[in-house]
Amino acid sequence: MELTTFWFIVIGVLWTGYFVLEGFDFGVGMLFPLLGGKRHAQDAADADKRRRLLLNTIGPVWDGNEVWVLTAGGATFAAFPNWYATMFSGFYLPLLLILVALILRNLGFEYRHKRPEPEWKARWDLAIFWGSLVPPLLWGVALTNVVRGVPIDANMEYTGNLFTLLNPVGLLGGLVFVALFLTHGAIFVALKTDGPIRREARAVAGRVGVVAAVLAVVLLTLLGLDHGKTVSWATTAVAVVALLAGLAANAREREGWAFLGTAITIAMAVASYFLMLFPNVMPSTTDAAFNLTVTNASSTDYTLKVMTVVALVFTPIVILYQAWTYWIFRKRLSTKHIPADVSLEHAAEPDTALRS
Amino acid sequence: MDATDLARWQFAIVTLYHFLFVPITIGLSFVVAVFHTQWVRTHNPDWMRLAKFFGKLFTINFALGLVTGIVQEFQFGMNWSAYSRFVGDIFGAPLAIEALLAFFLESVFLGLWIFGWGRIPEKLHASTMWIVHVGTLLSAYFILSANSFMQHPVGFRFNPDSGRAELTDFFAVLTNKVQLVTFPHVAFSAYLVGGGVLMGVALHLMRRESLRASALLRGVDDLDSTAGATRGGTGSSATAEMTMTAQARQATAARADVPLYRKAARIGAVLTLVAGVGVAVSGDLQGKIMTEVQPMKMAAAEALYETSPQGAGAPFSVLTVGSLDGQHANALIEIPGLLSFLGTGTWDGEVMGINDLKAQYAAKYGATGDPTLVDAATDYVPNIPTTYWTFRLMIGTGIAAAGIAALVLWTTRRGRAPTSKWVLYAAVAAPLLPVFGNSFGWIFTEVGRQPWAVFGLMTTASGVSPSVSVGEVVTSMTVFTLLYGALAVVEIKLFLAYVRKGAEPFDPPTEPSDVDEDAPLAFAY
Repeated sequence: MELTTFWFIVIGVLWTGYFVLEGFDFGVGMLFPLLGGKRHAQDAADADKRRRLLLNTIGPVWDGNEVWVLTAGGATFAAFPNWYATMFSGFYLPLLLILVALILRNLGFEYRHKRPEPEWKARWDLAIFWGSLVPPLLWGVALTNVVRGVPIDANMEYTGNLFTLLNPVGLLGGLVFVALFLTHGAIFVALKTDGPIRREARAVAGRVGVVAAVLAVVLLTLLGLDHGKTVSWATTAVAVVALLAGLAANAREREGWAFLGTAITIAMAVASYFLMLFPNVMPSTTDAAFNLTVTNASSTDYTLKVMTVVALVFTPIVILYQAWTYWIFRKRLSTKHIPADVSLEHAAEPDTALRS
Repeated sequence: MDATDLARWQFAIVTLYHFLFVPITIGLSFVVAVFHTQWVRTHNPDWMRLAKFFGKLFTINFALGLVTGIVQEFQFGMNWSAYSRFVGDIFGAPLAIEALLAFFLESVFLGLWIFGWGRIPEKLHASTMWIVHVGTLLSAYFILSANSFMQHPVGFRFNPDSGRAELTDFFAVLTNKVQLVTFPHVAFSAYLVGGGVLMGVALHLMRRESLRASALLRGVDDLDSTAGATRGGTGSSATAEMTMTAQARQATAARADVPLYRKAARIGAVLTLVAGVGVAVSGDLQGKIMTEVQPMKMAAAEALYETSPQGAGAPFSVLTVGSLDGQHANALIEIPGLLSFLGTGTWDGEVMGINDLKAQYAAKYGATGDPTLVDAATDYVPNIPTTYWTFRLMIGTGIAAAGIAALVLWTTRRGRAPTSKWVLYAAVAAPLLPVFGNSFGWIFTEVGRQPWAVFGLMTTASGVSPSVSVGEVVTSMTVFTLLYGALAVVEIKLFLAYVRKGAEPFDPPTEPSDVDEDAPLAFAY
């Protein structure tokens, strides 16, 4: 296999890792107002406990999940500098929004519990919700447009603007990402919790999952008609079957199998995207001669060799220790496991002594 | 202002902001790892309390360092796509490896550390913070080797067919001689910050608890006399006595914490001093290498316009009034021969001046005729007042931090716990000086490299994204500046609130077990 092909696959795998893992914590964040809101909670205190429970299901792992996108970005830079340069400068405003959303969301995870005031928590709750909704939406829009092609000139520069990306299929791509991650996240909550919230999460997954399935079928068919190959149709079929199987497992209260189902769905959907793309990495709608391909966008053979050695040695290690943390925090949680709020409530009284 | 200027300002703003948190992360992860290890070794409750307390401050800081780091990785492609295309073959690899080797370690093991209380065996738990620390150092190593390539490109060739710089020797990039002195310099500077934060926070709390104990004890004495006066009467002496004992208990608790914070402050001071020596030694080595590979930067550090020939001994001016354009400078304090020593290692070595270097650079780089490289308008001289002053501020803040550390060690000798107002000033200055020292160092070295993005290979102006409009850069710069500003306020307030709270009382840790399924988590968000 050519090294450029190998690195195309590696980048596909990194995006897959990112969406399978961060996908569920995006989903958990989006479920904040629903599972931790008035509809299900008995009172404000219960709502807060539920939100903290939701946070704690992803608490030890979300940060590691997010590194997958940094690695995907870094690997794209290293292996396909032209792809990185064209995509990141071309999709400027969506990426800016994604960055802002990720910043606010991550700080929400880390800071929400650090003060007891309800206003403080409410503000970070908003950050967590929007910060979990905006990135999947915009990643969906961006990557769907990559598959469809965007205007790129002879110098590999993007010549469109923000509205070029906001076409119906692109937007549908965004919605599919959101719906899939919501389903994935709800099933994750059902898998990781106990008590009423587990049942409610299953119900949400069932309802949103059907919408996700319909939208995903429409999207992948639309994309497949223009860009499909036999093998991408195969992965698309697996994605759809896995989603339906996952939803069936969810309905039978088999959360582990359901989670495996949505994980496979996301992985196969990403695989379909990459298979439809290959051997291009960013096709140009201006002129097929301006397509960015695995060949003209890539680094030198030497760089790819160095990177290959590093990736082959370290990726398995990373996967092992990351999997190990999932094992350590495998226990189901319920609201009774959430300790009393100890943030700053018992703080020592202010420095009155100093003012005397 | 055109898109280039805006992109440069944006890079400066987001990078300097990010690097406020980076050295704290490197330094404090070390401090917390040491405390946690000491707890595991001795089971002295003090260590556990300090590990948890500084661990909390660490996580508050880490969160912001992490999120601003994502921006760093994306902005090369967003604002500097021409640069990314030109050096991506070399520059991308360290970034990708940084993510794979360092970011995963930091993120995954910090998650384990934060949530690990009562869930993983204590030795393993303490080692997770060491792994986080190793991750921060690895991260620094790889990103600095990328930066060192920009300062002094090695291990590459320019390929005229592809029109870009291409990697020929990755090991040479990782062992660039600039990198080999820059990494220790940055690492020691980070320990300087870690020591400064530890010292500052602990000093403040030592003073506060000491004053609080005295104030409470005064209150007890007052109550004592009141109670004595009313005794035998019908007064509420029982209530007074209860208040008295409660106050006395609080006073004892406060007094008992003074040695805890004193110990932490002294550890911070020792760390600051040791790191300070490391910063100075590595910085000195760096100066020699810099003079060799980027002579203009050394000349710019001193605003030295005329070459100081061999034997003359170029002086170093500590303070100057007047302009720094080579016409009207008036050095107020000068140390003879010091610039020669910094640059060459001898007190009378030759140091090239800006004017000669300018002619030299123009002859060397202007002759290539490559319009993407330089043109007739290229100014080879960086912004002299900026390099001149940041160089001095960098050195000055470092020396001041080490000086404070020495004073702290002296004034807290043999059990002393001073409470004067000066302790408070020292507590504020101890973390801030080295943090800003780091900023000044970066401003100096990055501005001093101008007009180059990659020294001798690509100018900064030719690195910007051609497809990004002025409006887009203005938008992102405004958004980041406002957001970062607001987050700074939130972070500092939160950090100070946790400092005020102080170390929590000792809470014996639970052994990890799965027996009590319903027990609340030892730690939860």
